[in-house]
Amino acid sequence: MTPAPATVAPHPVVPAGPLPRNPGMPLDLDWVAAVRVDRSAAERRAATLTTRRSVKADAQAGWLLKAITLIDLTTLSGDDTPNRVRRLCAKARSPVRPDLLAALGMAGVPLTTGAVCVYHALVPAAVAALEGSGVPVAAVSTGFPAGLTPVETRIAEIRASVAAGAEEIDVVIHRAQALAGDWPALYDELRAFREACGPAHLKVILGTGELGTLRTVARASLVAMMAGADFVKTSTGKEPVNATLPVSLTMARAVRAYAERTGHAVGFKPAGGIRTAKDALAWMILMREELGRRWLEPDLFRFGASGLLGDIERQLEHHVTGRYAALHRQPLA
Amino acid sequence: MSSVRDYYETLDYGPAPEAADAARGWLARHGGRLGHWIDGGWSEPGAGGADTFETLDPASGATLATVAQGSADDVDRAVAAARAALPAWRALGGHGRARHLYALARAVQKHARVIAVLETLDNGKPIRETRDLDVPLVARHFYHHAGWAQLLDAEFPGHEGVGVCGQIVPWNFPLLMLAWKVAPALAAGCTVVLKPAEFTPLTALAFAELAQQAGLPAGVLNVVAGDGRTGQALVDHRGVDKIAFTGSTEVGRIIRTRTAGSGKALTLELGGKSPFIVFDDADLDAAVEGVVDAIWFNQGQVCCAGSRLLLHEPVAEAFVRKLRARMETLRVGPPLDKAIDVGALVAPVQLERVKRYVAQGIAEGATCHQPSRAVPDGGLFYPPTLFTGVEPAMTIAREEIFGPVLVSLTFRTPDEAVEIANHTPYGLAASVWTESVALALDVAPKLQAGVVWVNASNLFDAAAGFGGTKESGFGREGGREGMHAYLVERGERELPVYGEADLVAPPGPAEAGDAPDAEMADAPGAAPGELPRVDRTPKLYVGGKQVRPDGGTSYPVRSPSGRHLGEAGWGSRKDVRDAVEAARKATAWTKASGHARAQVLYFLAENLDADAGRFVDRLRGLTDASEADARREVDASVRRLFTYAAWADKLDGAVKGVPVRGVVLGMHEPWGVAAVSCPDEAPLLAFASLVAPLLSQGNRVVATPSPRWPLAVTDLVHLVEASDVPAGALNVVTGDRDALAKTLADHDEVACHWYVGSAEGSAEVERRSAGNLKVTWVNRGRRRDWFDPAQAEGDAFLRRAVQVKSVWVPYGA
Repeated sequence: MTPAPATVAPHPVVPAGPLPRNPGMPLDLDWVAAVRVDRSAAERRAATLTTRRSVKADAQAGWLLKAITLIDLTTLSGDDTPNRVRRLCAKARSPVRPDLLAALGMAGVPLTTGAVCVYHALVPAAVAALEGSGVPVAAVSTGFPAGLTPVETRIAEIRASVAAGAEEIDVVIHRAQALAGDWPALYDELRAFREACGPAHLKVILGTGELGTLRTVARASLVAMMAGADFVKTSTGKEPVNATLPVSLTMARAVRAYAERTGHAVGFKPAGGIRTAKDALAWMILMREELGRRWLEPDLFRFGASGLLGDIERQLEHHVTGRYAALHRQPLA
Repeated sequence: MSSVRDYYETLDYGPAPEAADAARGWLARHGGRLGHWIDGGWSEPGAGGADTFETLDPASGATLATVAQGSADDVDRAVAAARAALPAWRALGGHGRARHLYALARAVQKHARVIAVLETLDNGKPIRETRDLDVPLVARHFYHHAGWAQLLDAEFPGHEGVGVCGQIVPWNFPLLMLAWKVAPALAAGCTVVLKPAEFTPLTALAFAELAQQAGLPAGVLNVVAGDGRTGQALVDHRGVDKIAFTGSTEVGRIIRTRTAGSGKALTLELGGKSPFIVFDDADLDAAVEGVVDAIWFNQGQVCCAGSRLLLHEPVAEAFVRKLRARMETLRVGPPLDKAIDVGALVAPVQLERVKRYVAQGIAEGATCHQPSRAVPDGGLFYPPTLFTGVEPAMTIAREEIFGPVLVSLTFRTPDEAVEIANHTPYGLAASVWTESVALALDVAPKLQAGVVWVNASNLFDAAAGFGGTKESGFGREGGREGMHAYLVERGERELPVYGEADLVAPPGPAEAGDAPDAEMADAPGAAPGELPRVDRTPKLYVGGKQVRPDGGTSYPVRSPSGRHLGEAGWGSRKDVRDAVEAARKATAWTKASGHARAQVLYFLAENLDADAGRFVDRLRGLTDASEADARREVDASVRRLFTYAAWADKLDGAVKGVPVRGVVLGMHEPWGVAAVSCPDEAPLLAFASLVAPLLSQGNRVVATPSPRWPLAVTDLVHLVEASDVPAGALNVVTGDRDALAKTLADHDEVACHWYVGSAEGSAEVERRSAGNLKVTWVNRGRRRDWFDPAQAEGDAFLRRAVQVKSVWVPYGA
C-alpha cells in the first residue's frame, strides 16, 4: 500500500504580517516565452467564478466592508484641485457613516480605504489631508497615462512624487515594448523605475486594454514582477477597455506563478470600470479562489476606483435598513 | 452563526441557499405521490395495490415523493396512447409541431427556477449546474428542434418519423437527457413513451404536466416511472418502433440483444472512460479548470467525464501539483447552496461503487489524493479524488467509475497519447489541451470518440451531435445527425419481402462425384481424349492475396437452372478471422485522401468496363440472365463504382453554429473495419452497391458475396488486384453468408456490419452485434431493387458508411 501523500496548500503560502518587498530577479526570457494563455478557457473560468460562488446577507456585508479597505480612492481628472482632493481624503479616512458601521457591528473597528490615488501635483494636498490617518498617498507617474515621455523625465517624475510624500507610485509601461516583445527594454526601464521609487512601492500599470492578447498580458506581468514590481495593475482607467475579469484572471495567475517560483508575493490592482458592489465581489471571489485569502489584504490587493465606494455604501445601508438607499444619503467624497 | 464582523475578518463565503419552496410546493400539490403521465393525465399511484417506490433527496436522505412503479400494463397503456396520438401528430406537419416545440422551450424557460431546484433536490447535483447548464440546455434543445420540425420536409425529403419511440433516460442529467430524446422525436413526428430513471423521476413527470399546460396533445408524450423492469417492458413492447437508451454499456448490451430481430430501430448512448490529454504547450492553469469541468462536474457522474488524465511527461509533475492545489478549493456540500462545486452522489449504491473502486485503486498500488477538508456528514458526499502512479492495466484505469475519481497516466509523444487514449473498449469523448492548432487538429481525428473538445471539456449544444463509438454506443443526439436517429427512409418498411425461393442456402462443401458441367469455362473436367483443364477454383481474397480456404474445401456453384458452373472456396470462421485481421491492419486505406480513394475506385470501374464482356458472360452463366439483363447489371455496377468514386472526396462534414466563440467541426469518419453480407440476387451489382460506399469513405471491408453465385465477385477480385486497391482494404470470403455473418457479427474488431439476407439472419446479426456493440444495418428480409438508384445508392448508404465526430474548437487571441 502506498503511503498517503502529504497535503498540498491550495495557494502560495504567504505569512500574515508585513511582507518583504519583491526584490525582482534577473530577466528570464525562457519563462516569458513559455507562457501560454488560452483566451476561451480564461473567459469560461472568469464567467463561472461568479456563478460558482455566492456571497449573501451578513457575509456580503462583511465582504463589502473589506472591499472598502482595498480601494485606492482615486481622482485623476484635469480639473482636480487641492480642495477636491481634501474632500476625497476625508472620505478615505471615514468611508462609511458611523451609524451604519455601528449597525453592522463594526463600531470601533478602524476602517479606511487602502490609499488615495492622485496626480503628482495633488500629492502635497493629499499628504497633508491624510496626515496621521495611516492612509498612504499613491501618485500616478511616468507620463501617465500613455507613458511616452522621455525616460529621464519619467524617472524624475517618480523621484519628485516620492519626495513630495507619495508612498506608492503607479507607473505605466511603455506599451510598445510589450507589443514588440522587447522584454529586455521593458525590464530595464522598470528596474530604473524601481530604483527611483526607493522606499515607495512600485505599482506597474500594464495598460492591458492596449496589449491585444492575454498572452501578452501574462508576459508583461511576469517581466514587471521580475523587474521588482510591488503590484501589477491592469489599467490607467484611460484605455478604451479597462479591468476585465479574464485579464485579471490572467494577471492573478501570473502573480501566482511568480510566487510559486520565487517565493515573493506581488500585489494585484484591477483598475477602471469597477463601479458596483457586485463588481467588487466578483474580483474578490477571483482573488480568493485563484490566490487565496491572504491576497485580499491591502498590501496585496487594491481596487483602482472612484465610484465604487458610493455603491458599496448604498448596499451596506440596504443591508442595515432593508430599504434601497439613495446616493445622496452617503457623505460626498 | 457568523457576524458581519466575522465575515469581514475571515472572508468566508457563508451559506447561500437557493429557495426550494416552489419545488416543494409542486410536490405538495401532488400530495407527495406521483403516478405515471399517460395520455395527457395522471395515473393513480398505488391504485389497486400496485407497486410504488420512493425517490430520495441524496443530500439528506429524506423522501421527496412516492412514485408509481410502472408495470407491463402501464407500459401497454402508454404505448397505446402514443400509438393513438401518432397519426394526428404526424398529420400536424412540420410547422405545427414546430409551434409545439417552441411552446415547450418557452415553458421550460418560464419555469426554469422551479425545474432546476426540483432536479437538484432529486439528483443531488449543485444548483449552479441545474440552473446554468441543465435547464438552459433543455430550453436550447427544444428551440433548436422546433427549427428542425419547421425544416423537416425541406431538409429530410423522403424521410418520415420512425413512429412510437420508447426512450429510457439515466439519472445523471434527468431532464436534459429527456430533452435530448424527446425534442428530436417530436420534431420528427414521433410520439413518445419515456421512462425516467428510478432515482430521479421527478423532473420528467413535472415536464409532462408542463407540456400539457403548454398545449401538447394528449398521448404525444407519456412518462412511465419505474425501475429496470419497467424499462424491460418498454424495450420488449411490440408496439414500439424505436428504442433510444442512455445508460450503462451493460444494459445497452442487454437492450441490443432483446431488440434483435424485432424490427425496432435502436440508438444507444452508453458508458465511457474518456481521455483528457494535456500536452506540454497547453495553458496548464486552463487545463486544470478543464479537469474540474471534466470530472468534478456533476460529481463525475457523467458518461463523457474526462476520467483518464493523460499528461505529457515534461509537464506531468507541475500539472499534478496545480491540480492538487485546485482540489483544495473545491467546495463539497449541500447542492442547493449556490457556492457549492460538488454535491451529493445520486444514491447509496453509487457511493458504495465509488468507494469500492477507490479502495481497489489503493490496493492495486496507485496513490490516492484527496483534499484535506472532510466532506459533510449526512448526505451521499464523496471528495474529489485523484490517483497518480496509475498503470494502464489497473482496474481504475480501465473501468468506468462514474464518480468524482480521476486517474492520471503519462505519455511521451502525441502518438503514444493517442495509443493510450484509444486503448479502451469505450469511445465516447476526449479532451485535448494544446495551444498548437496543428497538434490539436492532428490528434482530434485520431481519437476514437464521438466528441472531442479542444482546450475545453463537457461543452454541449443542440446543434452539435453527441454520441459514442465502439462500446459507448451508436447514434447521435443533436444536430442534423441527431434527427436521423428518429427518421426512416420513406418506403423502407414497405419493401417486398424475399420469398423462400430467394433465400436458398448454398450447398455445403463439394462432395466426391459432384462433377461440374463440362461446357463451363471454369470447369476442370475435360472432354474424352483431351488433357484436363488446369483446376481454377477461385480462392478467397485476404490481405491482398488470393488464398485457399483454411479448411481447403470448396463448394459447387450452380445456376438457377442447375448447371454446375464451378467451385468456390468454402470460407470458415478462421478465414473470417484472417480477413478481419488483414482489414484491421490496412489503415493506409483509411488514411488515404478522398482523392486517392476515388482514383482507385475509378480505376476499378475502368477495368470492369474494359472487361465488361467477360462479366456479361459470367452473369449470364450464373443467374441465367438474358444478355441484355446481364449487360445492364455490369453497366449499373460500373456506374455505381463511379458514383462512390465521385463521393470519395465529397461527403463533407459540417461546421456547426454553436453559441460559443469557436467552431464545431462535424467530421465524417469511417467506422474502421466494416463487414458486408451480400444477398444472392444481382450478385455483381449488389456487391458493388454495398462495398463501394464503405470503401469510398475509407472503411476497410470484409465482404461475403452472393453465397449461391459468388463467381462474378471472385472474377472481380482479379480486377481489384489490378486496380491499386491496397492490400487488406477489401477482403472477400466466399461461402455460406449466414454462417460467415455470425462470425463477423461476433467479431470485436468489426465496427460496422451491413447484412442483406433473411429476417432470421438479420436478427442473428443484431443479436450477435451486442458483443462489441457494432453498428448494424440489416434488411430484415426485405428486398431492394439494386437497379433503382433511389433504393440502392446515395445518402442512405453514405450516411451509414460514416459516423459523425463533433470536434469543438473554441478559439480566441
